[in-house]
Amino acid sequence: MSTLAIHNARVIDPGLGRDGIADVVIVDGRISRVGPDEGSAVVDADRIDATGLVVTPGFVDLHTHLREPGFTYKETIRTGTAAAAAGGFTTVCAMPNTNPPLDSRAAIESVLREAESATIRVLPIGCITRGRAGAELAPAGELRAAGAVALSDDGDAVADPSLMRHALEYSTAFALPVSQHCEDPSLVRDGHMHEGWVATRMGLRGRPASAEETMVARDIALAELSGAHLHIAHVSSAGSVALIRAARARGALVTAEVTPHHLVLTHEEVAFGFGADYRQLRYNTDAKVNPPLREHSDVAALRAALRDGVIEAIATDHAPHARMDKDIEFDLAAPGISGLETAFGLCMTLVTEGDLSLPVLIERLTIGPVRAWRLDRQPGLDGLGTLAPGAVADVAILDPAATWVVEPGRFLSMGRNTPLAGRTLTGQVVATIAAGRVVHRLESVAAL
Amino acid sequence: MPDMPGLALDAQAPLLDEAGVRRAVSRLAHEVVEANGGTEGLVLVGIRRRGATLATRLASAIASFEGVLPASGALDVTLHRDDFAQRGLRSAPLPSDLPSIDGRNVVLVDDVLYTGRTVRAALDALNDFGRPKVVRLAVLVDRGHRELPIRADMVGKNIPTSQEDDVRVLLQEVDGRDAVVVVSKGGAA
Amino acid sequence: MTTEAALATDTPSGGRTAPAWRHQHVLDLDDFGRDEIDAVLNTADSMREILDRRIARVPALRGRTVVNLFYEPSTRTRASFELAGKALGADVISLTASMSSVQKGESLIDTVRTLRAMRADVIVMRHASAGAAYLAAEHTDASIINAGDGAHAHPTQALLDLYTMRHHFGDLTGKRVVMVGDISHSRVARSDMWGLAAMGARVVVCGPPTLLPRGLRAAERPAHAETALPPVTVETDIERAIEGAHIVMALRLQSERQQGGLLPSVGEYARRYQVTAERLARAHPDHLLMHPGPKNEGIEIAADVATSDRSIIEEQVTNGVAVRMALLYLLAGYAPGDVEGGAR
Repeated sequence: MSTLAIHNARVIDPGLGRDGIADVVIVDGRISRVGPDEGSAVVDADRIDATGLVVTPGFVDLHTHLREPGFTYKETIRTGTAAAAAGGFTTVCAMPNTNPPLDSRAAIESVLREAESATIRVLPIGCITRGRAGAELAPAGELRAAGAVALSDDGDAVADPSLMRHALEYSTAFALPVSQHCEDPSLVRDGHMHEGWVATRMGLRGRPASAEETMVARDIALAELSGAHLHIAHVSSAGSVALIRAARARGALVTAEVTPHHLVLTHEEVAFGFGADYRQLRYNTDAKVNPPLREHSDVAALRAALRDGVIEAIATDHAPHARMDKDIEFDLAAPGISGLETAFGLCMTLVTEGDLSLPVLIERLTIGPVRAWRLDRQPGLDGLGTLAPGAVADVAILDPAATWVVEPGRFLSMGRNTPLAGRTLTGQVVATIAAGRVVHRLESVAAL
Repeated sequence: MPDMPGLALDAQAPLLDEAGVRRAVSRLAHEVVEANGGTEGLVLVGIRRRGATLATRLASAIASFEGVLPASGALDVTLHRDDFAQRGLRSAPLPSDLPSIDGRNVVLVDDVLYTGRTVRAALDALNDFGRPKVVRLAVLVDRGHRELPIRADMVGKNIPTSQEDDVRVLLQEVDGRDAVVVVSKGGAA
Repeated sequence: MTTEAALATDTPSGGRTAPAWRHQHVLDLDDFGRDEIDAVLNTADSMREILDRRIARVPALRGRTVVNLFYEPSTRTRASFELAGKALGADVISLTASMSSVQKGESLIDTVRTLRAMRADVIVMRHASAGAAYLAAEHTDASIINAGDGAHAHPTQALLDLYTMRHHFGDLTGKRVVMVGDISHSRVARSDMWGLAAMGARVVVCGPPTLLPRGLRAAERPAHAETALPPVTVETDIERAIEGAHIVMALRLQSERQQGGLLPSVGEYARRYQVTAERLARAHPDHLLMHPGPKNEGIEIAADVATSDRSIIEEQVTNGVAVRMALLYLLAGYAPGDVEGGAR
């Protein structure tokens, strides 16, 4: 029997409505007790002094690109999950745009097999369409049976409205959420960033917000038609927020996620970077992402939606790339940001700037995504996203006040593609515990 | 001298004062005509900037005693220098403005003859405009220290100098007064 | 050090001042001050004189290497840079790179580094990707001249436009300059806007709404970004745009715009936006007509107008060599280390 006691932390467990100073006792990989002075009662335990720190359930990411199989020069399941652990995540949902894509039972099973040696939990997402080609449905039932927790063709939208209608209808038989990357391909063709004044300055074709909004509107209508669970991946525009807000008010089964980068950064990042100097233009491929970084008004709308629960999950859209995919012409560069290791620090900006309380932020990183996809109904995942007694002991230990400088060279992810290099963030993950094991710990955190 | 801060041009008495410069120009004008055997075919080509100013003055002087105004022009050698890599963008190139020099007797005019590199550049540049019958060199001041096998045919005044010194010709049209002065490089900075 | 080197030459440069020049690269005109543009145009005046000589060649850049790296076909701009480099005595190498070398895995950064290793001092680059010249400039200490990057910028064309305009109008302050046509896809229009704004001209852009980029009107930008694009007036009505114009510039219309669904037809475009004599009657009495070429007579510009005595289109081509000589010369003067050493 192994016992780990975390002492004297501010425990924030939004799923159970807890926020206060307490000890967390973990026995044999499961939460045993949470409460004031509970740790003192146990004997023969490993102990962590968390005085001044915050202890939360481990973070859950609905949107991670682990790149394996097929793109292991960008990331592997091993490096991607290590990066996740460093970011406080104990569960990641792996996107299926691999090679081969995760559109078959065998492909899902091979990812799960590879993930067995990872220190954290990997939940695979299956393709909506076969080969992600947008032409025929992938075998959702078989994918479900193999362990897929959702369906998505992320990276591309399912453009054909009729096919999307059928995908949604079919998914209802298996209670699988369908996560759609909403960007109408014909409206974003040849576009490489948000359509607006920055794109005009840079001489780049844009991807208008309306490309996302028209598809969000279409898919909400199709979801209401079929009664399916539509999940809007990486919402980026104020217009999309309004559509989702209205759909949820009508009672439609529509959930949504937002990325840390869309919550903080704008399209100006692509051309000017921090402390914008409008004379000095640059083409920062590390800020190229789909959907693109948009305007201040979009950021404000996304923050408001996250605050009031219209968007219930923060998801990283962790999209690692090799330097050779980024150190090229802007229009040829791969879109995506390596986001697992900066997610908490970047999101703390919202707390620092007064847009979100720390407990609500933690909610959106833990029980929020779990409830969005009802992940706690999966076999063996009772209590996921909480510190409920008996639940698997997935825990993050945070120092919300610590400042640190983003150094991509020190990432555990193979993807060093972040526009945050050199930026100082406030809020750091000091340790991560998965199934009772310490899987990440800063050197500065001493064991008792 | 707006481009030479720190140099005190009045630190010493001038080597030539206004009258001295006038006499030297007049002497040069006569030597030019004599060497040319009159004004037939004569073209005065001044090296920008002060050489060009001197060429204009020489032409007027010649007109005053010969009754004929010889052709004159201005040559810019900035783009012909062999020391661009060392000098960088010290001075902006200016357009040259030359009459025809084919088969003519060209007299190159400059203010100070020193290393000879400007004259070499000028000879190169002249080639691009045509083929003169003969090229002679007239300078107001020869201060010695040649680095190339070049000599002046006509000299207003020989002034032996130390390489530590710098000789400056000041002209009314450019500098507001006529004089030849020596300044010590040590006085700079 | 520099003072000594200056003193040791046998002709003091009294009265002449060094041109205002602060650039290692010429990527766009968005970071050019009026003094720098004037320095280029003044230097170009001297270069024009050289081009009129019997032997239009000076040794100023002898021993330096200029590489034309063109990823897009171009005859005029490339020839213009070749002539400019050769007239200054530089070694000029022209490479037509195809995108196939990209597919073979040689990145732009590799190519630029290889050229620098081969002692290229200046790399003149044309590329279909906006920002390609910026990428190159970040990865080499050779000087990069942007000879066109996608729909972004074409600063040397803009400088020669300014040179030609200044030649005719002198000071451009307050002059009304109207660009008509496909503003969205025009790198020339973008660079012209910056250059003209720096020179104090009033810029009007005019075209059908589908060919006008978003955000050009200051009202389409947040207040903090007011200076992030040059101040321009945007019109969709050509008659109103041309009113009182000193300079009217017609931009080339690519026929792809019709296929792309941006225009109903080239014919309708010509009827609505062609620069015609009738429309030019609204312009200033001393107006002049320009076109960055190659022009489609009968589409964006009426044939009789293109060849009228108001047209300075031919002049633009000749001036191009002089302006590019000026840039090569000024860049050579920038390169670090040029002022080291004494007289020799």
